[in-house]
Amino acid sequence: MSNRYIGQSVKRREDKRFITGKGRYTDDIVLPGMVHAYFVRSPYAHARVTSIDTTEAKAAPGVVAIFTGDDVAALNGVPCGWQVNFRNGETMREPKHPMLIATGDTAKHVGDPVAVIIAETKALATDAAELVVIEWEELSAVANPAKALATDAPKVHDQYPDNRAFDWTFGNPIEEVDAAMATAAHITELEFVNQRVVPNAMEPRSYIGQYDDVADKYTLYTSTQNPHLIRLLMCAFVLGIPEHKVRVVGPDVGGGFGSKIYHYTEEALVTWAAKEINQPIKWTSDRSEAFLMDAHGRDHVTKAEMGFDAEGNIVGLRIKTVANLGAYLSTFAPAVPTYLHGTLLQGLYTTPKINIDMTCVFTHTVAVDAYRGAGRPEATYLLERLMDLAALEMGKDPAQLRFQNFIPPFDGVTQPGYQTQVALQYDSGNYAPVLERGLEMLGYADFRQAQAEAAQTGKLLGVGFSTYVEACGIAPSAVVGSLGARAGLYESAQVRVQPTGKVSVFTGSHSHGQGHETTFVQVVADKLGIPMEDIELIHGDSDTVAFGMGTYGSRSLAVGGSAIVKSIDKILEKGAKIAAHRLECAESDLTYADGKWTVNGTDKSIGFGDVALTAYVPHIYPAGLEPGLDFSSFYDPANFTYPFGCHIAVVEVDKETGKTTLKRMIAVDDVGNIINPMIVEGQIHGGLAQGIGQALLEGTIYDENGQLTNGSYMDYCMPRADDFPMFETDNQVTPCPHNPLGVKGAGEAGAIGSTPSVVNAVIDALWHGGHQVKDILMPLTPERVWRAMQH
Amino acid sequence: MKTQITVNGKPRAADLEDRTLLVDYLRDSLHLTGTHVGCDTSSCGACTVHLDGVAVKACTILAVQADGCQVTTIEGLAKGDGMHPLQDGFKECHGLQCGFCTPGMIMAAADLLTRNPHPTEAEIRTALEGNICRCTGYHNIVKSIQWAAEQASAPLLADSHLWTNDTVTREIVETA
Repeated sequence: MSNRYIGQSVKRREDKRFITGKGRYTDDIVLPGMVHAYFVRSPYAHARVTSIDTTEAKAAPGVVAIFTGDDVAALNGVPCGWQVNFRNGETMREPKHPMLIATGDTAKHVGDPVAVIIAETKALATDAAELVVIEWEELSAVANPAKALATDAPKVHDQYPDNRAFDWTFGNPIEEVDAAMATAAHITELEFVNQRVVPNAMEPRSYIGQYDDVADKYTLYTSTQNPHLIRLLMCAFVLGIPEHKVRVVGPDVGGGFGSKIYHYTEEALVTWAAKEINQPIKWTSDRSEAFLMDAHGRDHVTKAEMGFDAEGNIVGLRIKTVANLGAYLSTFAPAVPTYLHGTLLQGLYTTPKINIDMTCVFTHTVAVDAYRGAGRPEATYLLERLMDLAALEMGKDPAQLRFQNFIPPFDGVTQPGYQTQVALQYDSGNYAPVLERGLEMLGYADFRQAQAEAAQTGKLLGVGFSTYVEACGIAPSAVVGSLGARAGLYESAQVRVQPTGKVSVFTGSHSHGQGHETTFVQVVADKLGIPMEDIELIHGDSDTVAFGMGTYGSRSLAVGGSAIVKSIDKILEKGAKIAAHRLECAESDLTYADGKWTVNGTDKSIGFGDVALTAYVPHIYPAGLEPGLDFSSFYDPANFTYPFGCHIAVVEVDKETGKTTLKRMIAVDDVGNIINPMIVEGQIHGGLAQGIGQALLEGTIYDENGQLTNGSYMDYCMPRADDFPMFETDNQVTPCPHNPLGVKGAGEAGAIGSTPSVVNAVIDALWHGGHQVKDILMPLTPERVWRAMQH
Repeated sequence: MKTQITVNGKPRAADLEDRTLLVDYLRDSLHLTGTHVGCDTSSCGACTVHLDGVAVKACTILAVQADGCQVTTIEGLAKGDGMHPLQDGFKECHGLQCGFCTPGMIMAAADLLTRNPHPTEAEIRTALEGNICRCTGYHNIVKSIQWAAEQASAPLLADSHLWTNDTVTREIVETA
């Protein structure tokens, strides 16, 4: 063990290929004989296919094959990976999610695919698609989750006429919460929408299916966050192909943010069709298709009430939410509004009684699933909006209201973890200092002075707070299994020491922007006391990496990194046996440091490279010990990890136009030990931008027919460089007590804390301008803010 | 239509379908896959290249419109074995994560620094309005461009070898 790299902002090793144009994303790959797929999609949100005629299209130039829903009707649909049953015990409703809609069946959202054209070029496939003749019977549709519950709402699945996927309740019994709320001196009530947003990874999804008829083996190149998970789902549930006959490769992937976790129909279809035509097939999504087909995020309609006693202590929290799951259940969809949301409703506070009543509904929209933060941003939005609003209503200071209600500090080592009312046991926490640090960075006292002065001008100033906790490092397999997960959520790693002492590390955690190729190697280099140059990280290929559960839920370093550490421990344990034999001493006489084993109290030592060579040329070797120095490990975490922090936004609102300008964004995050501060800061920045984007700019707009009316970058407002100030960030370090690196995960924190802080800041600005507004629908466009100021 | 387009300093003859976009020509025919396609509305800037030294979105012009012109892509930005200061800046300041928008960002930034060698933060942010990044929150992209601007003793040319095809004679000539 050395401390040469851990904690240093080592520049990223992956950068060179990206800054020189040598990155290799799926769409960059060209295979011999490769042809191209184009999907014919439903233009309607809900419509029956009465007939499909592909005669003319099949005769079009360059067309190789056309498959319709009738051709794939016998194949299974893509599966859901999590089961959450109704509160009365009824099984979760799980309609088939077919690869293509067959004649007589109904398309259930705009973009639902009906046929796939395979042609020599994408342009020719697109041309031929124009010649496919489909007769549709258009049916009425519902896109809004609350409206889907109306008795006369259009039905998404005929067999489930109430449009419910399941309902669910969690926390304390509702009677106890009602009783607690009845004692409240003040109840803050908020009805709001956590609007639907589109993840928008910059690389559109892209797949290449290939079949080798000699080896009877398939290869799928896919822009995914988890190649092994895709192989598992596609083989076992959709195509029924044995796993050893499928290789799944996730090459460079241009961002995911959740949207590339899931197994998509196009993925299975190009793989299946590659065998049918015995040619490699590439499909790359257009951006317009991505808006229609990639799983969206959020989409909750909520009524929340928080009760306080006369001193401002929280006495209870009561929530009723309808969550939109879209037309079909995506891979993790049922978990997001439930076990990734309801379990976080304790927040940082000592709230004694909590209950959530959740109804998850089908609508005629594309699936909703995890998007950066997944359930935890929705929980944080709910809690933190309530806290700032309660402070305004009660005439209290929002920071003081939080200090007063924070769970006292506990380290999880000398003190036990904190048992919440919503199942989780927080492993460690020290919440007040992150808010204190945030207030210090803000200059809180001076801010209120400036705010009072600004109210006399044409601009209103506002400050918004958000103090959050999240559950990351997903997740202990037995725990999630008991909650309905149909997979374990461990991670695997293999550390292979080559005969010369160079090291190849194989991780099941895919890197698509997070910088694993740098941070993971920093860890290995320090644990082994060797230079980073001697280590290579390999990920993303199911034929090379033994297994993996993938990258999401801020789990890569906490779970995947811990698996690597376990393998290194085995390497050093075996290495010590070899070293002791070579040095003719007992293992207990040896100390390993700086890449060599030294006999205690002497200058006799043997280097890591010499031991590696001995392991592969075992001439002078311990009796009975296997040659080689290569270990695999699986790490299943003992608990979630619990990063927390404080985000503070300062906004300026133009009284005349309602335009909000974000003036400052402060983030103090405790993500545990930090391996590479530069990369952690970058992760926080990116999360902040997505969270701010949801608050001020982003959101889908569906019309009454279920059409997505803003499905392009001309219409969906993506955050741009001039929408942000420079971010102000700082860290506190409370190590995770139960994983070997003491790390918690940093990928989602920015997106979890920032959204409510920005909205709170606008509400604060308006109250200080005399407009006592409780809520403005996100995104807070100038029009909406202006209208709010007319009251 | 027959075209001759000088790409990264090398004249390339082709016979292209009229509807071929410049970005498809670069990616599919020349396998210069550093230029990316991130949208279909000319909004994201992942396909930004230089056409006769000026940043353009390669998804928005037809390849035949570049006939007789000089195109520089991310692969041709650095001279010799070294890196362009912007490439160094993006690495130095962690201006990229997934890397997908990065070539377009760098090409757009190179164009900015040619026109304005020492831009303010606000000028950088405004200049990037045609380029979308979903990973970085732009903070470190702005810093990367500032870093590159500080490194340069002389104005950073987006393209220091401005060769083009004379559209009449089809000979390669150096532009003024």
